[in-house]
Amino acid sequence: MSCTEPLRLSAAPKAGVRGPHERRFNPYDHNGGTVLAVAGTNFAIVAGDTRMSSGFNILSRNQSKLLQLTATTVLATGGFRGDVSTLQKLLKAKLVEYEHKHGEPMKVHAIAQMLANTLYGRRFFPYYTWNILSGMDENGVGCVYSYDPVGNYERVRVNVTGSGEPLIQPLLDNQFERQHQQLASKPPPLSVGQDLAEATAIVKDAFYSAGERDIYTGDTMEVCVITKDGVKLESFELNVD
Amino acid sequence: MASALDYTLPVGAHGTGAADRLAPQLLDAAPMLPDPSERCPGVEKHVRMLHGTTTLAFKYQGGVVVAVDSRASAGAYIASQTVKKVIEINPFLLGTMAGGAADCSYWERYLGMRCRMFELDQKKRISVAAASKILSNITHSYKGYGLSMGTMICGWDESGPQIYYVDSDGDRLHHHLFSVGSGSTFAYGVLDTGYRYDLTKDEALALAQRSIFAATYRDAYSGGTVRVYHIDQKGWQRMSETDSMELYFKFRQEKA
Repeated sequence: MSCTEPLRLSAAPKAGVRGPHERRFNPYDHNGGTVLAVAGTNFAIVAGDTRMSSGFNILSRNQSKLLQLTATTVLATGGFRGDVSTLQKLLKAKLVEYEHKHGEPMKVHAIAQMLANTLYGRRFFPYYTWNILSGMDENGVGCVYSYDPVGNYERVRVNVTGSGEPLIQPLLDNQFERQHQQLASKPPPLSVGQDLAEATAIVKDAFYSAGERDIYTGDTMEVCVITKDGVKLESFELNVD
Repeated sequence: MASALDYTLPVGAHGTGAADRLAPQLLDAAPMLPDPSERCPGVEKHVRMLHGTTTLAFKYQGGVVVAVDSRASAGAYIASQTVKKVIEINPFLLGTMAGGAADCSYWERYLGMRCRMFELDQKKRISVAAASKILSNITHSYKGYGLSMGTMICGWDESGPQIYYVDSDGDRLHHHLFSVGSGSTFAYGVLDTGYRYDLTKDEALALAQRSIFAATYRDAYSGGTVRVYHIDQKGWQRMSETDSMELYFKFRQEKA
């Protein structure tokens, strides 16, 4: 046997020998989907698609991402379905407990901070969820709170999150925030300037467009309209391919 | 040095067979510290971070000026242009935000609660020194857990205007001028050039705004609106919120 191989003096692994590998618990999946909310002067719109995917597989075509929490608040959540369900169950329990304790349903700003604290409670093992909370504030103005997965939150006029976010956010900035429309009037301080019909039309267009170009958004779009009288839900078909 | 850090794996805990015999060499001098973010790979980059940020605060003869930008980025994507990076802890205390948005907002909200508890207990307002120490004790006790925050606790107490810098390493520094965040170097450049203790209030507010603007102009991770706050013996006041583009046109015209 001719000795062409270089002499090895150390215990370094030979090429092709696999190093130590670790098996680990991977608790997360990303189930896609898009949710969106708009705060109007006397209404709020919350919308979400109903597709649930994992990788390139569509697992469900009718899994709602919206959850009504009180008579005039709706929570829209995207991300990992397991964490979404756990979070929804926990919030519902907390709201029931609050109502028993205080004899009235929780107000939206209180729910907003409770959700933030609930999310931060899992700071070191986060809920893999993207939330938008929407409802009517104490002055009858629509309100939208946007969140990151560990509970940083902010009251905004309009927000979109999930897989369609990069496609839809610029449209909302332009149409609702009136960014780079120098001649247009600025929106009111806490809500958008559009009325319900105008705002709903933009929301629907946003979802139709995202449904065309985002593989994780499709099947059905659910649109919740919140007013002081309560919540009304409508559904519209999106692409199924 | 390496021997002090030598780390041998318990047999069978990680990997099996041939790989076990390689472990001591491969892991030489690499102690495995617990990293909670390891448990959920990929999560960190989705969490809205304020790694791109510019914040500043300084004392002058009339009190304290605090100024911040409003951008939040996740990588190259601008996640928000409307973040409130000044946290209103109570009417005499402000905190600023840099690092993890949720870490700052949660713990400064908690700090607000602790300060109120102090007031109810002691029947007097808490000093900025004590308030900042509550926060630094928290960040110090969470050291190594992956919190990310760089904050300035600013206020007015019995001994006058105060600024403390507190961060997630557990540091707590007392000084008259700080800037924190990725744009801080740009802000310092303008701030140090124009700073004097005997600035008038208008000069101080303009300098703070100009310094943050300089950072939004040169640092891609800073931008949005420039917010300026002022603190004196009567507490804090919101002085201005100006879009950085508006400031750009204003400063350009002044130069011409």
